[in-house]
Amino acid sequence: MDFAFLSSTMVTLLAALPMTLALFGCSIVLGGLLALLLVWMRTGGNPILSGFAKAYIFVFRGSPLLIQMFLVFYGLGQFGVIRYSFLWPMLREPFVCAVLSLALCTAGYTAEIFRGGIRAVSPKEIEAARSIGMSGFLLVRRILAPIAFRHALPAYSTEIVLMMKSTALASLVTVWEVTGVAQRLISHTYRTMEVFLCAAIIYLVLNFVILQAMGLLEYHLSRHRRAIPQALKA
Amino acid sequence: MSTLQLLGFGSTGWGALLLVATLLTLAVTATALAIGAVLGTMVAAAKLSGNRLLWVLGHAYTTVFRGVPELLIIYLIYFGGSSALTSIGKAFGYEGFLGLPPFAAGAFAVGIISGAYQAEVYRGAYLAIAKGELEAASAIGMSARLRFRRIVMPQVLRLAIPGLGNVWQLSLKDSALISVTGLAELMRTSQVAAGSTRQYFLFFIAGGCLYLILTSLSDQVFNRAERRANRSMPSAAMGKA
Repeated sequence: MDFAFLSSTMVTLLAALPMTLALFGCSIVLGGLLALLLVWMRTGGNPILSGFAKAYIFVFRGSPLLIQMFLVFYGLGQFGVIRYSFLWPMLREPFVCAVLSLALCTAGYTAEIFRGGIRAVSPKEIEAARSIGMSGFLLVRRILAPIAFRHALPAYSTEIVLMMKSTALASLVTVWEVTGVAQRLISHTYRTMEVFLCAAIIYLVLNFVILQAMGLLEYHLSRHRRAIPQALKA
Repeated sequence: MSTLQLLGFGSTGWGALLLVATLLTLAVTATALAIGAVLGTMVAAAKLSGNRLLWVLGHAYTTVFRGVPELLIIYLIYFGGSSALTSIGKAFGYEGFLGLPPFAAGAFAVGIISGAYQAEVYRGAYLAIAKGELEAASAIGMSARLRFRRIVMPQVLRLAIPGLGNVWQLSLKDSALISVTGLAELMRTSQVAAGSTRQYFLFFIAGGCLYLILTSLSDQVFNRAERRANRSMPSAAMGKA
Protein backbone atom coordinates (compact mmCIF):
# COMPACT_ATOMS: atom_id res chain seq x y z
CA MET A 1 0.00 0.00 0.00
CA ASP A 2 1.29 3.38 -1.03
CA PHE A 3 0.18 5.59 1.84
CA ALA A 4 1.62 8.78 0.37
CA PHE A 5 -0.53 8.31 -2.74
CA LEU A 6 -3.59 7.39 -0.68
CA SER A 7 -3.32 10.46 1.51
CA SER A 8 -2.73 12.84 -1.40
CA THR A 9 -5.74 11.30 -3.20
CA MET A 10 -7.83 11.72 -0.07
CA VAL A 11 -6.87 15.39 0.19
CA THR A 12 -7.77 15.99 -3.48
CA LEU A 13 -11.11 14.24 -3.08
CA LEU A 14 -11.95 16.01 0.17
CA ALA A 15 -11.44 19.33 -1.61
CA ALA A 16 -14.45 18.36 -3.77
CA LEU A 17 -16.57 17.41 -0.77
CA PRO A 18 -18.15 20.88 -0.30
CA MET A 19 -19.50 20.64 -3.84
CA THR A 20 -21.09 17.24 -3.16
CA LEU A 21 -22.60 18.55 0.07
CA ALA A 22 -23.91 21.68 -1.66
CA LEU A 23 -25.58 19.59 -4.39
CA PHE A 24 -27.04 17.30 -1.75
CA GLY A 25 -28.30 20.05 0.57
CA CYS A 26 -29.85 22.20 -2.15
CA SER A 27 -31.59 19.33 -3.90
CA ILE A 28 -32.94 17.81 -0.67
CA VAL A 29 -34.48 21.14 0.42
CA LEU A 30 -35.86 22.01 -3.01
CA GLY A 31 -37.03 18.44 -3.62
CA GLY A 32 -38.74 18.30 -0.22
CA LEU A 33 -40.68 21.49 -0.90
CA LEU A 34 -41.70 20.24 -4.35
CA ALA A 35 -42.75 16.93 -2.82
CA LEU A 36 -45.03 18.72 -0.33
CA LEU A 37 -46.63 20.58 -3.22
CA LEU A 38 -47.11 17.30 -5.12
CA VAL A 39 -48.63 15.55 -2.10
CA TRP A 40 -51.03 18.45 -1.64
CA MET A 41 -52.04 18.17 -5.31
CA ARG A 42 -52.28 14.38 -5.20
CA THR A 43 -54.45 14.15 -2.08
CA GLY A 44 -56.43 17.40 -2.44
CA GLY A 45 -59.35 15.85 -4.32
CA ASN A 46 -59.17 18.03 -7.43
CA PRO A 47 -59.06 15.53 -10.33
CA ILE A 48 -56.95 17.73 -12.62
CA LEU A 49 -54.33 18.46 -9.97
CA SER A 50 -54.17 14.89 -8.76
CA GLY A 51 -53.94 13.64 -12.36
CA PHE A 52 -51.02 15.99 -12.93
CA ALA A 53 -49.28 14.82 -9.74
CA LYS A 54 -49.81 11.17 -10.72
CA ALA A 55 -48.34 11.78 -14.18
CA TYR A 56 -45.40 13.68 -12.69
CA ILE A 57 -44.62 10.86 -10.27
CA PHE A 58 -44.93 8.25 -13.03
CA VAL A 59 -42.56 10.11 -15.36
CA PHE A 60 -39.87 11.05 -12.83
CA ARG A 61 -39.82 7.68 -11.08
CA GLY A 62 -39.97 5.68 -14.29
CA SER A 63 -37.04 7.16 -16.20
CA PRO A 64 -33.35 7.31 -15.30
CA LEU A 65 -32.09 10.43 -13.55
CA LEU A 66 -29.27 10.79 -16.08
CA ILE A 67 -31.64 11.32 -18.99
CA GLN A 68 -33.60 13.88 -16.93
CA MET A 69 -30.38 15.70 -16.13
CA PHE A 70 -29.27 15.78 -19.76
CA LEU A 71 -32.72 16.99 -20.76
CA VAL A 72 -32.38 19.95 -18.39
CA PHE A 73 -28.73 20.63 -19.17
CA TYR A 74 -28.69 20.25 -22.96
CA GLY A 75 -32.37 20.34 -23.86
CA LEU A 76 -33.57 23.58 -22.29
CA GLY A 77 -30.97 25.76 -24.02
CA GLN A 78 -32.41 24.72 -27.38
CA PHE A 79 -35.43 26.96 -26.96
CA GLY A 80 -35.16 30.66 -27.70
CA VAL A 81 -37.87 31.41 -25.14
CA ILE A 82 -35.60 30.12 -22.40
CA ARG A 83 -32.35 31.30 -23.93
CA TYR A 84 -33.50 34.92 -24.02
CA SER A 85 -35.42 34.88 -20.75
CA PHE A 86 -34.21 36.26 -17.42
CA LEU A 87 -33.72 32.65 -16.25
CA TRP A 88 -30.96 31.88 -18.73
CA PRO A 89 -27.99 33.25 -16.70
CA MET A 90 -29.01 30.76 -14.02
CA LEU A 91 -29.96 27.81 -16.23
CA ARG A 92 -26.65 28.13 -18.04
CA GLU A 93 -24.82 27.09 -14.88
CA PRO A 94 -24.16 23.32 -14.66
CA PHE A 95 -24.61 23.46 -10.87
CA VAL A 96 -28.12 24.93 -11.16
CA CYS A 97 -29.08 22.34 -13.81
CA ALA A 98 -27.78 19.50 -11.64
CA VAL A 99 -29.64 20.72 -8.53
CA LEU A 100 -32.80 21.31 -10.54
CA SER A 101 -32.86 17.81 -12.03
CA LEU A 102 -31.89 16.13 -8.74
CA ALA A 103 -34.69 18.02 -6.97
CA LEU A 104 -37.27 17.27 -9.68
CA CYS A 105 -36.41 13.57 -9.53
CA THR A 106 -36.34 13.17 -5.76
CA ALA A 107 -39.62 15.11 -5.46
CA GLY A 108 -41.40 12.27 -7.28
CA TYR A 109 -40.03 9.61 -4.93
CA THR A 110 -40.43 11.74 -1.79
CA ALA A 111 -44.04 12.62 -2.63
CA GLU A 112 -44.94 8.92 -2.64
CA ILE A 113 -43.12 8.41 0.67
CA PHE A 114 -44.95 11.34 2.29
CA ARG A 115 -48.27 10.11 0.91
CA GLY A 116 -47.61 6.71 2.45
CA GLY A 117 -46.96 8.44 5.76
CA ILE A 118 -50.22 10.35 5.55
CA ARG A 119 -52.18 7.20 4.74
CA ALA A 120 -50.73 5.57 7.85
CA VAL A 121 -52.35 8.20 10.09
CA SER A 122 -55.32 6.57 11.76
CA PRO A 123 -58.68 8.08 10.69
CA LYS A 124 -59.70 7.99 14.35
CA GLU A 125 -57.07 10.57 15.22
CA ILE A 126 -58.32 12.88 12.50
CA GLU A 127 -61.92 12.38 13.64
CA ALA A 128 -60.93 13.13 17.22
CA ALA A 129 -59.22 16.33 16.13
CA ARG A 130 -62.26 17.38 14.12
CA SER A 131 -64.63 16.58 16.94
CA ILE A 132 -62.87 18.99 19.25
CA GLY A 133 -63.15 21.63 16.56
CA MET A 134 -59.75 21.62 14.85
CA SER A 135 -59.91 22.29 11.17
CA GLY A 136 -57.75 22.81 8.13
CA PHE A 137 -54.29 24.12 8.78
CA LEU A 138 -54.37 23.56 12.55
CA LEU A 139 -55.25 19.90 12.03
CA VAL A 140 -52.42 19.47 9.55
CA ARG A 141 -49.93 21.26 11.80
CA ARG A 142 -50.84 19.60 15.09
CA ILE A 143 -52.03 16.12 14.11
CA LEU A 144 -51.48 15.09 10.50
CA ALA A 145 -47.98 16.39 9.75
CA PRO A 146 -46.19 15.20 12.92
CA ILE A 147 -47.68 11.70 12.79
CA ALA A 148 -47.24 11.35 9.03
CA PHE A 149 -43.63 12.55 9.20
CA ARG A 150 -42.85 10.03 11.91
CA HIS A 151 -44.30 7.20 9.80
CA ALA A 152 -42.46 8.37 6.69
CA LEU A 153 -39.09 8.80 8.37
CA PRO A 154 -37.56 5.30 7.78
CA ALA A 155 -38.40 5.34 4.07
CA TYR A 156 -37.35 8.98 3.81
CA SER A 157 -33.90 8.28 5.24
CA THR A 158 -33.41 5.58 2.58
CA GLU A 159 -34.37 8.13 -0.07
CA ILE A 160 -31.90 10.65 1.35
CA VAL A 161 -29.06 8.11 1.14
CA LEU A 162 -30.07 7.39 -2.48
CA MET A 163 -29.92 11.13 -3.13
CA MET A 164 -26.41 11.32 -1.73
CA LYS A 165 -25.40 8.65 -4.24
CA SER A 166 -27.26 10.41 -7.05
CA THR A 167 -25.20 13.59 -6.67
CA ALA A 168 -22.43 11.59 -8.40
CA LEU A 169 -24.28 12.02 -11.71
CA ALA A 170 -23.67 15.78 -11.59
CA SER A 171 -20.10 15.01 -12.66
CA LEU A 172 -21.47 14.04 -16.09
CA VAL A 173 -22.73 17.60 -16.60
CA THR A 174 -19.31 19.01 -15.61
CA VAL A 175 -19.91 19.73 -11.92
CA TRP A 176 -16.70 18.73 -10.17
CA GLU A 177 -17.89 16.85 -7.10
CA VAL A 178 -16.23 13.84 -5.45
CA THR A 179 -17.03 11.20 -8.10
CA GLY A 180 -16.03 13.50 -10.98
CA VAL A 181 -12.71 14.29 -9.35
CA ALA A 182 -12.19 10.58 -8.65
CA GLN A 183 -12.81 9.77 -12.31
CA ARG A 184 -10.28 12.42 -13.35
CA LEU A 185 -7.70 11.02 -10.92
CA ILE A 186 -8.29 7.50 -12.24
CA SER A 187 -7.73 8.54 -15.83
CA HIS A 188 -4.57 10.47 -14.90
CA THR A 189 -2.95 7.88 -12.64
CA TYR A 190 -4.52 4.55 -13.74
CA ARG A 191 -4.62 3.56 -10.06
CA THR A 192 -8.29 2.66 -9.99
CA MET A 193 -8.34 0.62 -6.81
CA GLU A 194 -6.72 3.22 -4.55
CA VAL A 195 -8.83 6.11 -5.84
CA PHE A 196 -12.00 4.01 -5.55
CA LEU A 197 -11.09 3.10 -1.98
CA CYS A 198 -10.70 6.76 -0.94
CA ALA A 199 -13.92 7.89 -2.67
CA ALA A 200 -15.85 4.91 -1.28
CA ILE A 201 -14.73 5.76 2.25
CA ILE A 202 -15.95 9.34 1.84
CA TYR A 203 -19.39 8.22 0.66
CA LEU A 204 -19.73 5.50 3.29
CA VAL A 205 -18.87 7.97 6.06
CA LEU A 206 -21.41 10.43 4.68
CA ASN A 207 -24.10 7.73 4.56
CA PHE A 208 -23.24 6.63 8.07
CA VAL A 209 -23.57 10.19 9.37
CA ILE A 210 -26.92 10.63 7.57
CA LEU A 211 -28.33 7.37 8.90
CA GLN A 212 -27.17 8.13 12.45
CA ALA A 213 -28.71 11.60 12.29
CA MET A 214 -32.00 10.22 10.98
CA GLY A 215 -31.96 7.51 13.63
CA LEU A 216 -31.47 10.15 16.30
CA LEU A 217 -34.33 12.21 14.87
CA GLU A 218 -36.58 9.15 14.87
CA TYR A 219 -35.63 8.42 18.47
CA HIS A 220 -36.53 11.98 19.49
CA LEU A 221 -39.84 11.91 17.66
CA SER A 222 -40.99 8.63 19.20
CA ARG A 223 -40.50 9.55 22.85
CA HIS A 224 -44.10 8.61 23.69
CA ARG A 225 -43.60 5.06 22.37
CA ARG A 226 -40.62 4.15 24.47
CA ALA A 227 -41.04 2.00 27.52
CA ILE A 228 -41.05 3.88 30.78
CA PRO A 229 -37.74 3.31 32.59
CA GLN A 230 -38.03 0.84 35.49
CA ALA A 231 -36.99 3.47 38.05
CA LEU A 232 -39.94 5.69 37.16
CA LYS A 233 -42.57 2.92 37.34
CA ALA A 234 -43.55 2.87 40.92
CA MET B 1 -35.91 17.91 -41.17
CA SER B 2 -39.19 17.07 -39.54
CA THR B 3 -39.55 15.37 -36.19
CA LEU B 4 -41.21 12.40 -37.83
CA GLN B 5 -38.28 11.90 -40.18
CA LEU B 6 -35.77 12.17 -37.32
CA LEU B 7 -37.53 9.55 -35.24
CA GLY B 8 -38.60 7.43 -38.20
CA PHE B 9 -37.08 4.35 -39.75
CA GLY B 10 -35.86 5.94 -42.99
CA SER B 11 -32.23 6.48 -43.95
CA THR B 12 -32.16 9.77 -42.02
CA GLY B 13 -34.16 8.49 -39.05
CA TRP B 14 -32.89 7.23 -35.75
CA GLY B 15 -35.90 4.99 -35.05
CA ALA B 16 -34.24 1.67 -35.84
CA LEU B 17 -31.10 2.54 -33.85
CA LEU B 18 -33.16 3.60 -30.85
CA LEU B 19 -35.13 0.35 -30.94
CA VAL B 20 -31.95 -1.75 -31.13
CA ALA B 21 -30.56 0.32 -28.26
CA THR B 22 -33.70 -0.38 -26.21
CA LEU B 23 -33.20 -4.11 -26.77
CA LEU B 24 -29.55 -3.76 -25.74
CA THR B 25 -30.63 -2.00 -22.53
CA LEU B 26 -32.99 -4.91 -21.82
CA ALA B 27 -30.25 -7.45 -22.55
CA VAL B 28 -27.65 -5.76 -20.35
CA THR B 29 -30.15 -5.37 -17.49
CA ALA B 30 -31.26 -8.99 -17.75
CA THR B 31 -27.63 -10.15 -17.70
CA ALA B 32 -26.97 -7.91 -14.70
CA LEU B 33 -30.00 -9.32 -12.88
CA ALA B 34 -28.77 -12.86 -13.51
CA ILE B 35 -25.27 -12.03 -12.22
CA GLY B 36 -26.88 -10.28 -9.27
CA ALA B 37 -29.03 -13.33 -8.53
CA VAL B 38 -25.95 -15.53 -8.17
CA LEU B 39 -24.07 -12.97 -6.05
CA GLY B 40 -27.19 -12.11 -4.05
CA THR B 41 -27.92 -15.75 -3.19
CA MET B 42 -24.35 -16.24 -2.00
CA VAL B 43 -24.36 -13.08 0.10
CA ALA B 44 -27.79 -13.85 1.58
CA ALA B 45 -26.59 -17.37 2.46
CA ALA B 46 -23.46 -15.88 4.06
CA LYS B 47 -25.52 -13.48 6.16
CA LEU B 48 -27.94 -16.23 7.27
CA SER B 49 -25.28 -18.89 7.90
CA GLY B 50 -24.74 -17.96 11.55
CA ASN B 51 -21.00 -17.91 10.99
CA ARG B 52 -19.59 -14.65 12.36
CA LEU B 53 -16.90 -14.17 9.68
CA LEU B 54 -19.29 -14.91 6.81
CA TRP B 55 -21.82 -12.50 8.29
CA VAL B 56 -19.21 -9.72 8.46
CA LEU B 57 -18.20 -10.35 4.83
CA GLY B 58 -21.82 -10.37 3.64
CA HIS B 59 -22.63 -7.27 5.64
CA ALA B 60 -19.58 -5.45 4.23
CA TYR B 61 -20.65 -6.39 0.68
CA THR B 62 -24.19 -5.05 1.06
CA THR B 63 -23.02 -1.90 2.89
CA VAL B 64 -20.36 -0.98 0.34
CA PHE B 65 -22.29 -1.73 -2.83
CA ARG B 66 -25.50 -0.12 -1.64
CA GLY B 67 -23.72 2.90 -0.21
CA VAL B 68 -21.25 3.92 -2.92
CA PRO B 69 -22.51 5.77 -6.03
CA GLU B 70 -23.27 3.43 -8.94
CA LEU B 71 -21.16 5.55 -11.27
CA LEU B 72 -18.09 4.99 -9.09
CA ILE B 73 -18.62 1.21 -9.17
CA ILE B 74 -18.91 1.28 -12.95
CA TYR B 75 -15.62 3.21 -13.13
CA LEU B 76 -14.03 0.66 -10.78
CA ILE B 77 -15.06 -2.32 -12.89
CA TYR B 78 -14.46 -0.72 -16.27
CA PHE B 79 -11.12 1.01 -15.63
CA GLY B 80 -9.91 -1.43 -12.99
CA GLY B 81 -10.87 -4.43 -15.12
CA SER B 82 -9.18 -2.96 -18.17
CA SER B 83 -5.91 -2.27 -16.37
CA ALA B 84 -5.98 -5.74 -14.81
CA LEU B 85 -6.54 -7.22 -18.27
CA THR B 86 -3.69 -5.13 -19.69
CA SER B 87 -1.25 -6.34 -17.05
CA ILE B 88 -2.34 -9.96 -17.66
CA GLY B 89 -1.73 -9.32 -21.34
CA LYS B 90 1.75 -8.00 -20.52
CA ALA B 91 2.54 -11.16 -18.59
CA PHE B 92 1.74 -13.14 -21.72
CA GLY B 93 3.88 -10.86 -23.86
CA TYR B 94 1.17 -8.65 -25.38
CA GLU B 95 2.20 -4.99 -25.35
CA GLY B 96 -0.55 -2.40 -25.47
CA PHE B 97 -3.88 -1.60 -23.93
CA LEU B 98 -6.53 -4.28 -23.53
CA GLY B 99 -9.98 -2.89 -22.81
CA LEU B 100 -12.73 -4.83 -21.04
CA PRO B 101 -15.70 -5.26 -23.41
CA PRO B 102 -18.22 -2.54 -22.39
CA PHE B 103 -21.17 -4.96 -22.32
CA ALA B 104 -19.43 -7.37 -19.95
CA ALA B 105 -18.05 -4.59 -17.75
CA GLY B 106 -21.40 -2.83 -17.57
CA ALA B 107 -23.44 -5.95 -16.89
CA PHE B 108 -20.97 -7.04 -14.23
CA ALA B 109 -20.92 -3.62 -12.51
CA VAL B 110 -24.71 -3.29 -12.44
CA GLY B 111 -24.88 -6.98 -11.46
CA ILE B 112 -22.68 -6.38 -8.42
CA ILE B 113 -24.94 -3.52 -7.32
CA SER B 114 -28.12 -5.47 -7.98
CA GLY B 115 -26.60 -8.42 -6.08
CA ALA B 116 -26.35 -6.28 -2.95
CA TYR B 117 -30.05 -5.36 -3.18
CA GLN B 118 -31.09 -8.90 -4.15
CA ALA B 119 -29.25 -10.31 -1.13
CA GLU B 120 -31.53 -8.30 1.15
CA VAL B 121 -34.59 -9.39 -0.83
CA TYR B 122 -33.72 -13.10 -0.55
CA ARG B 123 -32.80 -12.75 3.12
CA GLY B 124 -36.11 -11.06 3.86
CA ALA B 125 -38.00 -13.74 1.92
CA TYR B 126 -36.23 -16.54 3.77
CA LEU B 127 -36.99 -14.97 7.14
CA ALA B 128 -40.65 -14.66 6.11
CA ILE B 129 -41.06 -18.43 5.76
CA ALA B 130 -43.05 -19.73 8.72
CA LYS B 131 -40.68 -21.46 11.12
CA GLY B 132 -43.20 -24.26 11.69
CA GLU B 133 -42.90 -25.33 8.07
CA LEU B 134 -39.15 -25.79 8.36
CA GLU B 135 -39.60 -27.73 11.60
CA ALA B 136 -42.33 -29.87 10.07
CA ALA B 137 -40.07 -30.72 7.15
CA SER B 138 -37.29 -31.77 9.49
CA ALA B 139 -39.74 -33.69 11.66
CA ILE B 140 -40.85 -35.93 8.81
CA GLY B 141 -37.21 -36.63 8.08
CA MET B 142 -36.33 -34.46 5.11
CA SER B 143 -32.61 -33.91 4.71
CA ALA B 144 -31.34 -30.33 4.61
CA ARG B 145 -30.97 -30.47 0.84
CA LEU B 146 -34.41 -31.89 0.23
CA ARG B 147 -35.90 -29.35 2.61
CA PHE B 148 -34.15 -26.55 0.71
CA ARG B 149 -35.43 -27.82 -2.64
CA ARG B 150 -39.00 -28.61 -1.62
CA ILE B 151 -39.81 -26.08 1.11
CA VAL B 152 -37.37 -23.17 1.13
CA MET B 153 -36.66 -22.55 -2.55
CA PRO B 154 -40.26 -22.38 -3.87
CA GLN B 155 -41.36 -20.08 -1.07
CA VAL B 156 -38.34 -17.77 -1.28
CA LEU B 157 -38.99 -17.37 -4.99
CA ARG B 158 -42.66 -16.59 -4.40
CA LEU B 159 -42.02 -14.16 -1.56
CA ALA B 160 -39.15 -12.47 -3.39
CA ILE B 161 -41.12 -11.48 -6.50
CA PRO B 162 -42.21 -7.98 -5.33
CA GLY B 163 -38.70 -7.18 -4.08
CA LEU B 164 -37.14 -8.52 -7.27
CA GLY B 165 -39.48 -6.28 -9.26
CA ASN B 166 -38.06 -3.28 -7.40
CA VAL B 167 -34.49 -4.44 -7.98
CA TRP B 168 -35.21 -4.91 -11.69
CA GLN B 169 -36.54 -1.33 -11.97
CA LEU B 170 -33.48 -0.07 -10.10
CA SER B 171 -31.10 -1.98 -12.38
CA LEU B 172 -32.95 -0.79 -15.48
CA LYS B 173 -32.32 2.80 -14.42
CA ASP B 174 -28.74 2.04 -13.34
CA SER B 175 -28.07 0.56 -16.78
CA ALA B 176 -28.29 4.11 -18.19
CA LEU B 177 -25.01 4.82 -16.40
CA ILE B 178 -23.26 2.14 -18.47
CA SER B 179 -23.37 4.74 -21.25
CA VAL B 180 -20.13 6.18 -19.79
CA THR B 181 -18.29 3.09 -21.06
CA GLY B 182 -19.46 3.82 -24.60
CA LEU B 183 -21.85 0.88 -24.89
CA ALA B 184 -24.55 1.90 -27.38
CA GLU B 185 -27.49 1.23 -25.10
CA LEU B 186 -30.54 3.49 -24.96
CA MET B 187 -28.97 6.35 -22.99
CA ARG B 188 -25.83 6.45 -25.12
CA THR B 189 -27.75 6.22 -28.41
CA SER B 190 -30.08 9.06 -27.37
CA GLN B 191 -27.00 11.10 -26.52
CA VAL B 192 -25.32 10.40 -29.87
CA ALA B 193 -28.51 11.11 -31.79
CA ALA B 194 -29.07 14.33 -29.82
CA GLY B 195 -25.49 15.49 -30.36
CA SER B 196 -25.28 14.80 -34.07
CA THR B 197 -28.65 16.34 -34.95
CA ARG B 198 -28.49 19.13 -32.34
CA GLN B 199 -32.05 18.12 -31.36
CA TYR B 200 -31.25 17.51 -27.69
CA PHE B 201 -34.75 18.00 -26.37
CA LEU B 202 -36.40 15.73 -28.92
CA PHE B 203 -34.04 12.79 -28.47
CA PHE B 204 -33.82 12.92 -24.69
CA ILE B 205 -37.62 13.00 -24.54
CA ALA B 206 -37.77 10.06 -26.96
CA GLY B 207 -35.20 8.13 -24.90
CA GLY B 208 -37.08 8.96 -21.71
CA CYS B 209 -40.35 7.70 -23.23
CA LEU B 210 -38.70 4.42 -24.23
CA TYR B 211 -37.44 4.01 -20.65
CA LEU B 212 -40.96 4.72 -19.36
CA ILE B 213 -42.35 2.04 -21.67
CA LEU B 214 -39.74 -0.43 -20.38
CA THR B 215 -40.42 0.33 -16.72
CA SER B 216 -44.20 0.24 -16.98
CA LEU B 217 -44.21 -2.94 -19.07
CA SER B 218 -41.90 -4.70 -16.65
CA ASP B 219 -44.08 -3.51 -13.77
CA GLN B 220 -46.99 -5.36 -15.37
CA VAL B 221 -44.91 -8.48 -15.93
CA PHE B 222 -43.91 -8.59 -12.27
CA ASN B 223 -47.48 -7.94 -11.10
CA ARG B 224 -48.71 -10.81 -13.24
CA ALA B 225 -45.94 -13.07 -12.01
CA GLU B 226 -46.83 -12.23 -8.44
CA ARG B 227 -50.49 -13.00 -8.97
CA ARG B 228 -49.61 -16.28 -10.67
CA ALA B 229 -47.18 -17.32 -7.94
CA ASN B 230 -49.78 -16.56 -5.27
CA ARG B 231 -52.68 -18.24 -7.05
CA SER B 232 -52.82 -21.11 -4.61
CA MET B 233 -52.43 -18.89 -1.55
CA PRO B 234 -55.33 -17.53 0.51
CA SER B 235 -56.51 -14.19 -0.80
CA ALA B 236 -55.23 -12.31 2.26
CA ALA B 237 -51.71 -12.77 0.91
CA MET B 238 -52.76 -11.45 -2.47
CA GLY B 239 -54.31 -8.33 -1.03
CA LYS B 240 -50.85 -7.05 -0.33
CA ALA B 241 -50.00 -6.85 -4.03
